[in-house]
Amino acid sequence: MSDMNTAKYRTNFLKEVEANVEEGEWVKMCMQCGVCAGSCPLGKHWEHPPQEIFMMIRAGKREEVLTSDSMWMCTSCYNCIARCPRGLPITHIMHGLATYAKRLGKISEKQPTNEFSQIFWDNLMKKGRVNELKMGLSMYFKDGFGQGIKNALANQKLGQNMMKAKRMNAMEIMGGHGVSSPGDLQKIIAKAQEIEDSNIQDQS
Amino acid sequence: MAKKEVSFYPGCSSQTGATSSNYLVSLQSVCQELDITLNEIPDWNCCSASIGYGGGGELPRLTLSARNIALSEANNAGQDIVSPCAACWLNTRESQERLEHEDKMKQDANTALSEAGLTFNGGNNIRHMVEVLIEDIGFDAIKEKVKKPLEGLKIAGYVGCQTNRPFGIAGESFENPLYLDNMIESVGAEAITTFEKKVQCCGGALAFSEPVKSQEMIKGIIEAAYDNGADMIATPCPLCQANVEIYQDQINATYGTKFDMPVVYYSTLMSVAFGHSAKDAALNGQVIKAKQLEDIANK
Repeated sequence: MSDMNTAKYRTNFLKEVEANVEEGEWVKMCMQCGVCAGSCPLGKHWEHPPQEIFMMIRAGKREEVLTSDSMWMCTSCYNCIARCPRGLPITHIMHGLATYAKRLGKISEKQPTNEFSQIFWDNLMKKGRVNELKMGLSMYFKDGFGQGIKNALANQKLGQNMMKAKRMNAMEIMGGHGVSSPGDLQKIIAKAQEIEDSNIQDQS
Repeated sequence: MAKKEVSFYPGCSSQTGATSSNYLVSLQSVCQELDITLNEIPDWNCCSASIGYGGGGELPRLTLSARNIALSEANNAGQDIVSPCAACWLNTRESQERLEHEDKMKQDANTALSEAGLTFNGGNNIRHMVEVLIEDIGFDAIKEKVKKPLEGLKIAGYVGCQTNRPFGIAGESFENPLYLDNMIESVGAEAITTFEKKVQCCGGALAFSEPVKSQEMIKGIIEAAYDNGADMIATPCPLCQANVEIYQDQINATYGTKFDMPVVYYSTLMSVAFGHSAKDAALNGQVIKAKQLEDIANK
């Protein structure tokens, strides 16, 4: 989405986030208490915890924020939301920042949660429901055939266990579950995507 | 006349041959017993779980759930929308709230839905299956149905994240919700109230993308269950169940532990306690066998 005109906001990253990031208008409400950082199950793996990200946004650290892989550490546990004394929807802001950074091409394609997120979305959009078998295989083979075989072998026992328990089905490779008209669903979502894209461009 | 009819959103993982198909099977036997009719939302789609956001963004993600709600409104009018899956419930309820509170978002979602002739209105009760069981049916009615109390079983109630936050169950605290312990006690087992990992995250979807980081957390959950003398873990969440059960081999290989801890659903416990067969309770769906429940079911 390199054609997106974000130049207007170059001097004010906070305004850019407020305009273009999901729930971004909440960022300025952060009072820097750090309860989110202390509540995050993957807190120790964040390059910058949420309250730091919020202050960096206000300080105009655009590149540092958008290229950080911090937001991709969010497990969607909602602990930060439950505990934030100011009621910031932190989970959604993190998802929003991650998605926005991705739109702008700032995040490495190889960031594993970014990759998985896209694989998951593409998988569900094919038939309207997740095909778990194909999703697992896409994850194993995302770094090429050789690595895929290695991953599949490393998880062979897990797969066998799941098949035995009838919680994985080899036949899913033939198509699997889905909605009656994936085409209609795809039309709906394509329209939603088109509106979302135009909303962002309108504000820039 | 059934006691309760709901518009049912089972979710992807509960389908035949998917990771929580055993959850749905056991739940169906419980609902049959308690006279709850599950009217499946026709042609429902995936809610995009907690990981689809990176591919779908905001409006496409909200529109996915709006489609399910629209289908429910058109086909199961007036019925509560109920899901047994934490993520399905959360996304559906959250999407309705967002669309109700933001006129432009609702308008945009409806513009998208009109591509297939659908309309989202809103105003539905969107509930987790657990709410139906404890609020509409109640612990007393559950106790009355128990034919084979799960006596002597010590069970760690693992609530996890998304059944508990951000919405949670009315009247329960985020830090120490008690309903799962109460459910465990209602079927005659002993709830381990000192289980300190009750609301700890299992990594969620990041168990796929960040297995090392996630398995470290999962290890802590299972360890705490052992430390508290648990025979098994019980949970209301499909992803919690899978993450805590199926990676125990890999965790053992990494950390030199000897975990072999069964992880079941509340519905597995209820089904067995209500006197249903091992098959009805979907005990064959355990990767780590719940031997004690099998013994009770086969008694």
